[in-house]
Amino acid sequence: MILDSKIPAGPLAEKWTKHKFSSKLVNPANKRKYDVIVVGTGLAGASAAASLAELGYNVKAFCFQDSPRRAHSIAAQGGINAAKNYQNDGDSIYRLFYDTIKGGDYRAREANVYRLAEVSVKIIDQCVAQGVPFAREYGGLLANRSFGGAQVSRTFYARGQTGQQLLLGAYSALSRQVANGKVKLFPRTEMMDVVVIDGQAKGIVTRNLITGAVETHAAHAVLLCTGGYGNVFFLSTNAMGSNVTAAWRAHKRGAFFANPCFTQIHPTCIPVSGDHQSKLTLMSESLRNDGRVWVPATVEIAEKLRKGQIKANDIKEDDRDYFLERKYPSFGNLVPRDVASRNAKYVCDEGRGVNETGEAVFLDFRDAIKRDTRKIIEQKYGNLFDMYKQITGEDPYENPMMIYPAVHYTMGGLWVDYNLMTTVPGLYALGEANFSEHGANRLGASALMQGLADGYFVIPYTVGDYLAQLAPTKVDENHPEFARAKEEVKQGIERLLKINGSKPVDYFHKRLGKIMWDKCGMARTEIGLKEAKADIQALKKEFWSNVKVMGTNEELNQTLEKANRVADFLELGELMVDDALNRNESCGGHFREEYQTPDGEALRDDENFAYVAAWKYLGEGQDEELVKEELVFENVKLTQRSYK
Amino acid sequence: MKLTLKIWRQKNAADKGGFATYTADQVSKDMSFLEMLDVLNDQLTEKGEDPVHFDHDCREGICGMCSLYINGKPHGPQQTTTCQLHMRSFSDGETITIEPWRAKAFPVVKDLVVNRSAFDRIIQAGGYVSVNTGGVPDANEIPIPKTIADLAMDAAQCIGCGACVAACKNASAMLFTSAKVSQLALLPQGQVERKTRAEKMVAQMDAEGFGACTNTGACEAECPKGISITNIARMNREYFSAVVSSENV
Repeated sequence: MILDSKIPAGPLAEKWTKHKFSSKLVNPANKRKYDVIVVGTGLAGASAAASLAELGYNVKAFCFQDSPRRAHSIAAQGGINAAKNYQNDGDSIYRLFYDTIKGGDYRAREANVYRLAEVSVKIIDQCVAQGVPFAREYGGLLANRSFGGAQVSRTFYARGQTGQQLLLGAYSALSRQVANGKVKLFPRTEMMDVVVIDGQAKGIVTRNLITGAVETHAAHAVLLCTGGYGNVFFLSTNAMGSNVTAAWRAHKRGAFFANPCFTQIHPTCIPVSGDHQSKLTLMSESLRNDGRVWVPATVEIAEKLRKGQIKANDIKEDDRDYFLERKYPSFGNLVPRDVASRNAKYVCDEGRGVNETGEAVFLDFRDAIKRDTRKIIEQKYGNLFDMYKQITGEDPYENPMMIYPAVHYTMGGLWVDYNLMTTVPGLYALGEANFSEHGANRLGASALMQGLADGYFVIPYTVGDYLAQLAPTKVDENHPEFARAKEEVKQGIERLLKINGSKPVDYFHKRLGKIMWDKCGMARTEIGLKEAKADIQALKKEFWSNVKVMGTNEELNQTLEKANRVADFLELGELMVDDALNRNESCGGHFREEYQTPDGEALRDDENFAYVAAWKYLGEGQDEELVKEELVFENVKLTQRSYK
Repeated sequence: MKLTLKIWRQKNAADKGGFATYTADQVSKDMSFLEMLDVLNDQLTEKGEDPVHFDHDCREGICGMCSLYINGKPHGPQQTTTCQLHMRSFSDGETITIEPWRAKAFPVVKDLVVNRSAFDRIIQAGGYVSVNTGGVPDANEIPIPKTIADLAMDAAQCIGCGACVAACKNASAMLFTSAKVSQLALLPQGQVERKTRAEKMVAQMDAEGFGACTNTGACEAECPKGISITNIARMNREYFSAVVSSENV
């Protein structure tokens, strides 16, 4: 099978405009005859649901949380990029495009990334119009900051809660459409399967999390805006409920899964404190603008520190190794996430880690406070410092923060074409759930941009083009495929409840997470990955014979919800390992130890691996089939990334 | 640490419910409160008992999903969300009482889980600026004084957890509602619908069965995000000026 990315012909800067013009339109009076299902209410889902309802489509929006406002986009801290060039510092759509392609280590599509940069400017306008209180200068205009690896100030922010404010903006637009009757909301409802009829997505199967009722919903198109799969690692910065189930079930119904091994490890998270740890907390990387990353220069000093014989502030300037500034003089502490994470791992592997577990480095604000005063630092990062103190019991104004990398974002996801459609016609994937814009590594402040770009400005055009080709007649929910899919979901639930083994769900999830982190995490090897595959297969077997799920289906049952999700993570984990094994190169978030430069940097193999690895599901227990989409670069020259 | 936990158990909305007592040993000071409950739940599961149900998601204090009325205070002894509460706030041998939010407008779903969809309906009544996607002016077209933008942001930080309602003896939702009314009343973008918004959101708040405000300030004292009751004063002004000069409703 050949994957058709449907990238429009013509010069890069004109593709989207031309494509919008050549897209078919649905007559305004006919829009009310089409139903669209949106699963997930984060930035992508809420913005898509609101925008499509505004156009006149009938939208059903689903989320597993108790309110759409709680989707995990809410936790994004740092900011959102846009090529506004308000700062007159040389930014442009082309530069944002170029930075994103380069930052993604040349594993993303040029056309998609250019479109993202192009619509980025409209996102800021839209959010301001909704009443999103972005940070402002004294003159009343919007403030910007430089963020995670960018050399221009193009990041808009709302204190350390940008995701919250953008999501509440999208949620308010969504709420307005609920009030208008154009969106019907289904909170505490989890998608369990996609219904595919004659090769087209025509609806979904859901489980009401309060009553356990398994139900079907029909529509002309289904949009999956269900986020990433970082929780396959058990410990990640994702919310506890974030899961791959919707995307995975769609995958099993025919949607290809692309680049699953591309996961982003975020460098600035609060280190693990013990076995009870349930999640990891991110400290926004905006902190790297003012904080300096360091470890003791020698193992001996680090040991004294770990034993509590000395404190960080006792260590003299000469005995500190500001390793990012030393190795990357021009980017310093602002190198991209993968580079910062890997270097933290290296210094800890050398034995220079700074907390009891030896897996932490310092992020120090001493010099920034001296330079700018404590008051300025408080204004910029007050809430982050408070959060750090709340969690660790340490005061970061007095002692340097301790940080360590943690899984944060997944660049891989459902394969989509330029229209954001998966390989199943009528089934779309938006935001983190798709694979398309970030290549092998996502730059800071780009996730919010992509989620809102997809929802506000891309899908309203592309889904219209698809719907215009369908007859404006109701989808028949009495079609036997609906009943069949519903029955399969019910059987799957029964199967889990019947096992009645002896171990709780988290026991398996934690073990899966450890396999993934140790062998398919920050650094990967062929041997390790082969072990991981066998380990996961064995764990999966054990899960299906020994997991204990309490209670029944017909009630609020959080253990059953979790068991369903972990069952899918076990299958996804194996595919991630297969993908990492197949990709015999290092790029972005995927670092294979066999493939590195003499300096220890990621060594790409553009000749053999400049492609998207899309995986086709072939059936229970079978290895998946690899389908390649070759990446064509017409505008940028592929270079070795260098942040020296 | 060893703790005694008195936890509210209620099978479903129709069940009467009651307290059950559990012992949690091997509690570490570095655990979050919810991690302590995770450990308890794994132990209950292994014993074949139904785990305690509670709402939670982001576990970083921003989604507003976690709740819990701990020792008579929403989100427990610290002014933070329950997920950010750590066991170092408790001492060895202590008895901790854990209840769901108690308010007529937040019916219990199961154990410690309540239904807060009333908050969504208050926002649906008018907590937005009526602009469609596209066709809006450039973001820098209307300058907004930094002081005003900052005040709007202070109000906008509300996470919709419902602690204000749980803290209030009247179960009033004034702090929640006023935070959104204030945010949009302060910003130029919110001016057009300023009056209708205040009227409609207050009407919905009353219709949901939340109580009246008697200015005790308990909501502000317990709000994990430090939302100020000056927002309530602002909403009262907005509301009164709207009803005396109403162009709508």
